[in-house]
Amino acid sequence: MSKLDKSDVEKIAFLARLGINDQDIPEYATNLSNILDLVEQLDSINTDEVKPMSHPLDSVQRLRLDEVTEVNDRDNLMAHSPEVEAGLFLVPRVVE
Amino acid sequence: MQWEVVIGLEIHVQLSTRSKIFSGSSTAYGAEPNTQMSTVDMGLPGVLPVFNGEALKKSVMFGLAVGAKINNRSVFDRKNYFYPDSPKAYQISQLYYPVVGEGHIDIELDNGETKRIGVTRAHMEEDAGKSLHENFHGQTGIDLNRAGTPLLEIVSEPDLRSAVEAVAYMKKIHSIVRYLGISDGNMQEGSFRCDANVSLRPKGQEEFGTRAELKNINSFRFVEKAINVEIERQMDILEEGGRIVQETRLYDADKNETRPMRSKEEANDYRYFPDPDLLPIVISDEEIEAIRATLPELPDEKCTRYVSELGLAEKDARALTVDRNMADYFEQVQQAVDDSKMAANWLLGEVSALINKNDMDIKDCPVTAELLIGLLKRIKDNTISGKIAKEIFQAMWTGEGDADAIIDKKGLKQITDNGAIEAIIDEVISNNPGQVAEFKNGKEQLIGFFVGQVMKASKGKANPGQVNQLLQQKLKS
Repeated sequence: MSKLDKSDVEKIAFLARLGINDQDIPEYATNLSNILDLVEQLDSINTDEVKPMSHPLDSVQRLRLDEVTEVNDRDNLMAHSPEVEAGLFLVPRVVE
Repeated sequence: MQWEVVIGLEIHVQLSTRSKIFSGSSTAYGAEPNTQMSTVDMGLPGVLPVFNGEALKKSVMFGLAVGAKINNRSVFDRKNYFYPDSPKAYQISQLYYPVVGEGHIDIELDNGETKRIGVTRAHMEEDAGKSLHENFHGQTGIDLNRAGTPLLEIVSEPDLRSAVEAVAYMKKIHSIVRYLGISDGNMQEGSFRCDANVSLRPKGQEEFGTRAELKNINSFRFVEKAINVEIERQMDILEEGGRIVQETRLYDADKNETRPMRSKEEANDYRYFPDPDLLPIVISDEEIEAIRATLPELPDEKCTRYVSELGLAEKDARALTVDRNMADYFEQVQQAVDDSKMAANWLLGEVSALINKNDMDIKDCPVTAELLIGLLKRIKDNTISGKIAKEIFQAMWTGEGDADAIIDKKGLKQITDNGAIEAIIDEVISNNPGQVAEFKNGKEQLIGFFVGQVMKASKGKANPGQVNQLLQQKLKS
């Protein structure tokens, strides 16, 4: 049985960059623990002969030809951006 | 205490496809910012990646070139992290099932021995965009032109024991990817980058020490310097009884030091999982063999052939085969003049000296293989001496035309007429009675002086072999 505590929930939220309210943490901890418990039921099954599945579709990736099919659409693509300068997206500074 | 250095390298190679790994945007370098991005590269909601088959083919070529197992089935995973130049907040990479498995390359050490270095694996992934931190009023500018450029990450075993070995390994990988034509290997433009994992352990100890990772080193010279200063730093700490912290460090070339990368995050936790947007990548044995059939002769094979078939010294053969363009140039000249040693000497001498001095690729050399062939043929048929040939080479470099035109224009044709050479010799002998007497009294090393005088009087045009022979006759008569 997995039991996540407050610090686990805080860490998961931080990694996902989610802001959460302190009073909601116990509920998240319970719900997430329940999900883990559900998945852990698989541990009781012998899967030695089962190949790891990476995709639910039993198919393989089609390959695209190496051709440039996109044209410059910068103005249109950047139109939804809050701040743009000299053709660049501007974002809060990420280095000191 | 005696310390042993342990280094493993992760090399990122941009694959030279025309379009990106998961979109039809161009990968050309140097375009205006954000003019080569699409909705896929931007990570807009609702888009799907479509995999570029050429990236797979080029990755398989590398795997075959290093004798690696090619995995018939490989899988893309998501590596989750937040950084603005990676707009999806994950990088599509391959963790659990990479396309290329274990292989190896051989590097040549300074003492002439070769050492086998293990390649752990190589996997396909997408490059990130670029962040520009200057001049944006305290903000960061993002250019996504590079986002989605296909990368092959090549991971070595921790088999390297010094900075010099690390550089030799890196140069070998560089040489191989350029031979294969799977990357331009341009380090200034970031097509070939390297992270180095460096640790020390007491000599004889099995267990590895704690390592530091040096990030994004983009020249051979800096790799060597960065690793050496990191070794010194770790040794100082360990000698004083301290402990190494596992961390990522950046090399500052100006200060020649490494320092920890500032990071607000705790230890990396990328939460990899298979990317549900992409199906497994499958390649059959037949397809792998078809790719194998397209592989060119690789540097090691070429080097061996130059030694065994062309009779070159190992060191020269090695130097000629590092760069494929150099080897192609050499082979063209060698076949035309049918003199391997002469071709090798010119390539490694005059040609290399000038292209290195001008920091130039051989394919941009103004003295083309055709021009050099024209010159060497005139040495072979005795039209000019080797010394004059060097003068003509310089003239060809500055664009004065082909060898024959320069010989004509400057009147450089070698004097091979015995009568003409004798006339010059007679003059030299009569102008230097003192030296003649000394020579006749047994000071035979003066022959060099006479040869020099005759060559000078003929402005270098007399055939040196004939000069020597005729001088001996006249002085001893």
